[in-house]
Amino acid sequence: MTTETTKKFNIDTVENAAKTPDTELPWAELGLKRNEFDEIVKVLGRRPTGAELAMYSVMWSEHCSYKSSKNHLRQFGEKVTPEMKKDMLVGIGENAGVTNLGDGWAVTFKIESHNSPSFVEPYQGAATGIGGIVRDIISMGARPVAVMDPLRFGAIDHPDTARVMHGAVAGIGGYGNSLGLPNIGGEMVFDSVYQGNPLVNALAVGVMRHEDIRLANASGKGNKVVLFGARTGGDGIGGASVLASESFDDTKPSKRPAVQVGDPFAEKVLIECCLELFKGSLVEGIQDLGAAGISCATSELASNGDGGMQVELTSVLLRDPTLTPGEILMSESQERMMAVVTPENVEAFQAVMDKWAVEYSWLGEVTDTGRLIITWEGEVIVDVDPRTVAHDGPVYDRPYARPEWQDAVQGDTFTGSVQDAGRPAAPAELAKAVTELVASPNMCSKSWITNQYDRYVGGNTAMAFPDDAGVVRVDEETGLGVALATDANGRYTYLDPYHGAQLALAEAYRNVATAGAIPMAVSDCLNFGSPEDPDVMWQLAEAIRGLSDACQVLGIPVTGGNVSLYNQTGTTPIHPSPVVAVLGKLDDVARRTPSGWREDGQAIYLLGTTAAELDGSEWANMRGHLGGQPPKVDLDAERALGEILINASRDGMIDSAHDLSEGGLAAALVESSLRYGVGARIALQDVMDRDGVDLFTALFSESQGRAVVGVPRSEEVRFTDMCTARGFAHTRIGVVDAASGQLEINGVDALSLDALREAHEGTLPKYFG
Amino acid sequence: MTELPLIGEAVAVAANPRLAGAKIGVVTFPGTLDDRDAARAVRLAGGTAVELWHGDTELGDVDAVVIPGGFSYGDYLRAGAIARFAPLMSKIIDAANSDAKLPVLGICNGFQILTESHLLPGSMIKNDHLKFLCRDQVLRVENNTTAWTLDYEAGQEITIPLKNQDGQYIADEKTLDALEAEGRVAFRYVGFNPNGSRRDIAGITNAAGNVVGLMPHPEHATEPGFGPESLDGIGGSDTDGLGFFTSVLTKIVGGDK
Repeated sequence: MTTETTKKFNIDTVENAAKTPDTELPWAELGLKRNEFDEIVKVLGRRPTGAELAMYSVMWSEHCSYKSSKNHLRQFGEKVTPEMKKDMLVGIGENAGVTNLGDGWAVTFKIESHNSPSFVEPYQGAATGIGGIVRDIISMGARPVAVMDPLRFGAIDHPDTARVMHGAVAGIGGYGNSLGLPNIGGEMVFDSVYQGNPLVNALAVGVMRHEDIRLANASGKGNKVVLFGARTGGDGIGGASVLASESFDDTKPSKRPAVQVGDPFAEKVLIECCLELFKGSLVEGIQDLGAAGISCATSELASNGDGGMQVELTSVLLRDPTLTPGEILMSESQERMMAVVTPENVEAFQAVMDKWAVEYSWLGEVTDTGRLIITWEGEVIVDVDPRTVAHDGPVYDRPYARPEWQDAVQGDTFTGSVQDAGRPAAPAELAKAVTELVASPNMCSKSWITNQYDRYVGGNTAMAFPDDAGVVRVDEETGLGVALATDANGRYTYLDPYHGAQLALAEAYRNVATAGAIPMAVSDCLNFGSPEDPDVMWQLAEAIRGLSDACQVLGIPVTGGNVSLYNQTGTTPIHPSPVVAVLGKLDDVARRTPSGWREDGQAIYLLGTTAAELDGSEWANMRGHLGGQPPKVDLDAERALGEILINASRDGMIDSAHDLSEGGLAAALVESSLRYGVGARIALQDVMDRDGVDLFTALFSESQGRAVVGVPRSEEVRFTDMCTARGFAHTRIGVVDAASGQLEINGVDALSLDALREAHEGTLPKYFG
Repeated sequence: MTELPLIGEAVAVAANPRLAGAKIGVVTFPGTLDDRDAARAVRLAGGTAVELWHGDTELGDVDAVVIPGGFSYGDYLRAGAIARFAPLMSKIIDAANSDAKLPVLGICNGFQILTESHLLPGSMIKNDHLKFLCRDQVLRVENNTTAWTLDYEAGQEITIPLKNQDGQYIADEKTLDALEAEGRVAFRYVGFNPNGSRRDIAGITNAAGNVVGLMPHPEHATEPGFGPESLDGIGGSDTDGLGFFTSVLTKIVGGDK
């Protein structure tokens, strides 16, 4: 930048800081606590400069440092068994974990939150959520191949829900569709607990050859540090405006709010240009710029490397020339990457940038001093040990305790409650109840949303919504591919955080197995309220403990994820919502199992057993009840069911499979019928006799570890033999009936598929147009 | 079209040395998204796909060109408005208008680029419902004499994916009348007009039949297991779009497969 601009700043150099120890600094306005500021002074042996304060404040924030959850998150690492490590190439701590797929292929995936930006400005918040997670995937050296979006909004009929819903869906579509990444699934939940705190989570998955895996570290003295992609602007600078005392100029452009603005075209070009860099082995280390921007990228690259780093901040290309050093360090402008390049590759690197017309600037180089030194026109404004910024932030053991109200909530069971009055029993009542269920906000068709996303681009999508998992082919020669599902049930987790989190994992695991894929890895997005509330902190601690225990039993590791705290309005937190993503592998995606039946006369089997488990169910939710105990978790049964589904798929024993979860068997039967518009005749007497439940319970209970499968006549003996040999409960509950155009369930008035479809698909258009 | 298995393993069309000799260029602009898909469709039809870059100043020895979908240069101005000025586009325009009549297919953003380039009349504006829409769309092949539709029956109905935000085809009444009179409406939406296009027009051809543009995506319906039948499963097959690519290959090799 020109000296004309820089003259406007009163640069707070390290030298100046040492000389003026008593200068008042706006640490509180930047979100630091007194003890944290004192810690910074102790680490540096002097007061921080304005630029250093900016860096520490963003890197020591809850979002970047995990200071409240770190002590608990350790369990994900501590509970990893050798079995779980077998296919893990890169674990937690990098931009995203990497799992071995075999044949020289690797896959990386991660789920993250972009919750509060998506409430403030739904379109840009959701759009940049996609942008950020996709850059995490690129940073690992992978080509992104698909995205998914679990969404949780306020009550469907609340006026503000439409604002958030329209904006977030359009933002995800507007950004994701422009990147050429198929959107292969996700979730949609409406609940008033999310009214002021919608959850917009984003997952991306990418694939690479083993040799292309890249890590975020700056090694090799003399290697060059380059920033490329979009220019740095004033967006996403939250508290940094309080550092404006650095500036003498009060005619500056006003600060953008905390929400960043995305440019999907810039991101698409960045993807292609990064892949070309990887192909030519032109970068030694690479890091995307997300939260905390240059502060994060420089400190993480430097601290993960073997030396230090020296950077001249005036070399950063700016969109707004009036930005101060602190603002440049904190800016969260999107579509930027930082890389480390050897001197001999500089020319080739520049050629790739020029080809894709991507702007870049050389900021400095890797040193062997162990220090991160940032200068402004040669004057040192940051001189820190990068580890103290990136890794050695404060860690809190927040107090937590089982809430006093928990017992009362768990004691308030649905059965026999006021809301349970008039439970449907007659055939006409049950038919009405099934129709009401599949039209309810959480169970209705999500096609209004998913039809705004491109599921075809790339030509490798083998399965997408509304099937249980999204499936993407990785290798066109062999058909090798991956399946992905995300799940969470905030109501279950509210009733019992430990088991609720396990239920989220169990469902995602089951969904992946239902598609015929072998579950391999987990990524989680832990959405909770304030960690400073002991009740919430207990929910978080219990959920992490439950999840890490369950991963151990299922034998699949958590490879990455994120924690989103402070999701609460006033003192009212959201339901604890650990969103769990499971990734599975299919040797040949041609063998995937879709969720609907097609062929007339095929046998329909229910796998697993049904208990009277209506607490926390969709049915109870529709009746306005939340209390009791969530369905029982049986992880060994989940594993056994998964093996049956995977083997049956591989050996061609089943043509369809649909997992039972929210809405129970009733929802699954309707969805399997509507999937291809093919009906069925169902009789549940055997299930009712064996499990000792009535027809209503058989249909609406949300007992876990269950699935419905369609079995070709020729495979029936082989399939039932397999289930018997494995000791897994299986009952023939009916046949596919292609001609009737109806779902007939004994004891329930016949349901025409046309009417069911109208009810199922009509809900979202009714509310959102 | 031959009967294909629901979830197939083999390439749809057996390798044929004559077809493989035909080279079809696939153009990539910054922001193009469906280029790899279009190249795959060319291969599945038996031809050889050749990568073309927007900044290239020569077309090389390609026998036909596909301009695939996406958001060229971000399309922040108007879809295709900047792409038409790319160095490669002037070569494509010249070759399409030359006596050799290079076959050119514009899909989605490619169609928008062809109208902006004045190789085809009319224009696309935002969908009447103002949203991005991805769905399986039934089309009627109204003209099966173009370079890209020879392998279809006249009046044949096909199902291929549609996905766009700016897909509403518009032109003045005189132009629309002329297109109808000259049989230049190549494809029409059947059953449901997904974007408010005038006269249900999904795609058109130039008078010579070598330049064809349409909004839906034939390249996404060329492989068993990855098309509308597998993904959405209500009507259609997975490979209804393959005919676009077999048509042009047949044309290139002189009608003899």
